[in-house]
Amino acid sequence: MKKAQFMEIEGRSFGYLALLGILGAIILVALGAWYVMEHHGHYVTGMNNAIVWGTPHIFAIFLIVAASGALNVASISSVFNKTAYKPLARLSGLLAIALLAGGLMILVLDLGRPDRLIVAMTYYNFKSIFAWNIILYNGFFVIVAVYLWMMMQQSMNKYSKPVGIAAFLWRLILTTGTGSIFGFLVARDAFDAAIMAPMFIIMSFSFGLAIFLLVLMASYRWTGRPLGDALFQRLKNLLGVFVAAVLYFVLAYHLTNLYATEHHGIEAFILRDGGIYTQLFWIGQIVLGSLLPLLLFYHPSWGKKRSLVGLGAVLVIIGGLIQLYVLIIGGQAYPLEIFPGKEVIESSFFDGQVAQYTPSMWEVLLGLGGMAVALIMVALAVKILRFLPTSLADEDVDPHHSA
Amino acid sequence: MTNKTYNADLSRRHFFSKAAAAAGMAIAPGVFLRQVHARPAEQAATSEKRWGILIDTDKCAKGCDSCVTACMNENGWGEINNSEEHSNPHQKAQWIRKVTVKDKQTGHVQSLPLMCQHCENPPCVDVCPTGASMKRADGIVLVDKHTCIGCRYCMMACPYKARSFIHEDLEDQKVVAPRGKGTVESCTMCVHRVDEDGTPACVEACNADNHNAMYFGDLKDPNSEISRQLKQYGGEQLRADLGLNTGVRYRGL
Repeated sequence: MKKAQFMEIEGRSFGYLALLGILGAIILVALGAWYVMEHHGHYVTGMNNAIVWGTPHIFAIFLIVAASGALNVASISSVFNKTAYKPLARLSGLLAIALLAGGLMILVLDLGRPDRLIVAMTYYNFKSIFAWNIILYNGFFVIVAVYLWMMMQQSMNKYSKPVGIAAFLWRLILTTGTGSIFGFLVARDAFDAAIMAPMFIIMSFSFGLAIFLLVLMASYRWTGRPLGDALFQRLKNLLGVFVAAVLYFVLAYHLTNLYATEHHGIEAFILRDGGIYTQLFWIGQIVLGSLLPLLLFYHPSWGKKRSLVGLGAVLVIIGGLIQLYVLIIGGQAYPLEIFPGKEVIESSFFDGQVAQYTPSMWEVLLGLGGMAVALIMVALAVKILRFLPTSLADEDVDPHHSA
Repeated sequence: MTNKTYNADLSRRHFFSKAAAAAGMAIAPGVFLRQVHARPAEQAATSEKRWGILIDTDKCAKGCDSCVTACMNENGWGEINNSEEHSNPHQKAQWIRKVTVKDKQTGHVQSLPLMCQHCENPPCVDVCPTGASMKRADGIVLVDKHTCIGCRYCMMACPYKARSFIHEDLEDQKVVAPRGKGTVESCTMCVHRVDEDGTPACVEACNADNHNAMYFGDLKDPNSEISRQLKQYGGEQLRADLGLNTGVRYRGL
């Protein structure tokens, strides 16, 4: 096995400039959408006083969860000593930072008072998991940046393992924190569950690797650098395991709820009677987001076709967004049980009724803007610094590969 | 000293005396108000008291919403302050609302007002990242409008849907209840009245209508009307299973 050679991409082609142009345009449109929401107030969005976290939160939480998952490839190489993943570690760290930045941008711009970001950074209520997350997110940027430095400066390489371990532990805590935002909501039937934290961790493995795989495929295809089948198959098989693991956690979550009578209402709502949420769950999350990707990844011949594996990764991402939509918006739409044993027959505030939510254009555009921010950061960084190996051909990365 | 400077000095002296008089007039109401304050502004709320409201659902009249109207008038929200004109009914603020419930088993129908329950262990305070959502020493749960960033996590956490996010610019606000676009608000138990030994507007209105379905008072004072009522007839918490020890109690539910 040769030592991996890293090189900036040339970044002068029409395709590259077009990519930057498209992503930049999406970001500008997103900022425009944010201005509309900020200027008029949130009445222009689909949110209301019952569904308080809408589409921007779906995108933001997806990106934040995916960010910690994108770091996995680096962790596998530094923490678990899998040398085949080592050439991918830099891109893994870069993607983690970029995805987190994109997610946080959405989260901050969707605040009622984004101008008070400094308040969020200076006033802390340490009983709030949200406050802890602010520290965890900021710390993640610092640790992963240091990790990248250790990996990219030869004289510092010897520290990449301990820093890599610190980053790995930090990311586990970070996703535990993200999952606990929901796990700690005692009053809501859909959320109040300890399984949220580990489920979010396994979701991060899946979403993060799906994005990593697509970014890797795109950057090697567009730069004409070789990407070996053995490495590609390894990543794909790993993604398949993660997708199956997410499915297992979803199964465990619903089975536990189905056993407890007090949760029968929310289960019937999501699994059977919830209209759009039920459809999204079965068709979007289960069939398109889980079963179809598994079929594409593990089918004897389809699993070898890169286009179909890429399609599978796209479906994992779409399925992940749908999963968060069902969980977060569906969970809020289901009415709060304020009067157990009684039904509400009259209320000026729609108590006892399923809450209404329709995403507005502004919210969707802001969410897409966050994704574009993450991708443009990657596109610019690989041109400026040496993140991508010149070759990921099998004979260059796999110590046991025999040509 | 020339005439000119003398004149300048005179006019300056004139200005200062006028300014002093104006300042005196501005301060005076505060000084006099402070004399009748039950609790001076510089004195912190005390944990020796815990303010609460008891609602007798048997006396609460169906179709009556005097408490809601009184709250709107007092705090300047809803139909009284029409500046939430763009917000849809799901988006408009609701500090207090009337709810009618029917027992699934017996069919018994009851009417009651629902607002912030002023929990002893409020989930909204636990989750607030900046500490804007806070509980005073005397048990009143409030939002500090200066540090609320509008993240809405408190609204996710509240079991009673008691909080509202302001979806647009507001006008004509009441001095006692400042509100603002992009922040969260809820029932303040009319803290401005309580601090002057007064009674919340909703309770006052209910009594004025002779329904007498609401009692306000200090839960820690065994001789207060609310404490004696609770001791003699009891009073339930909404979602008592959550262990929040609410300051608002319901009888007959």
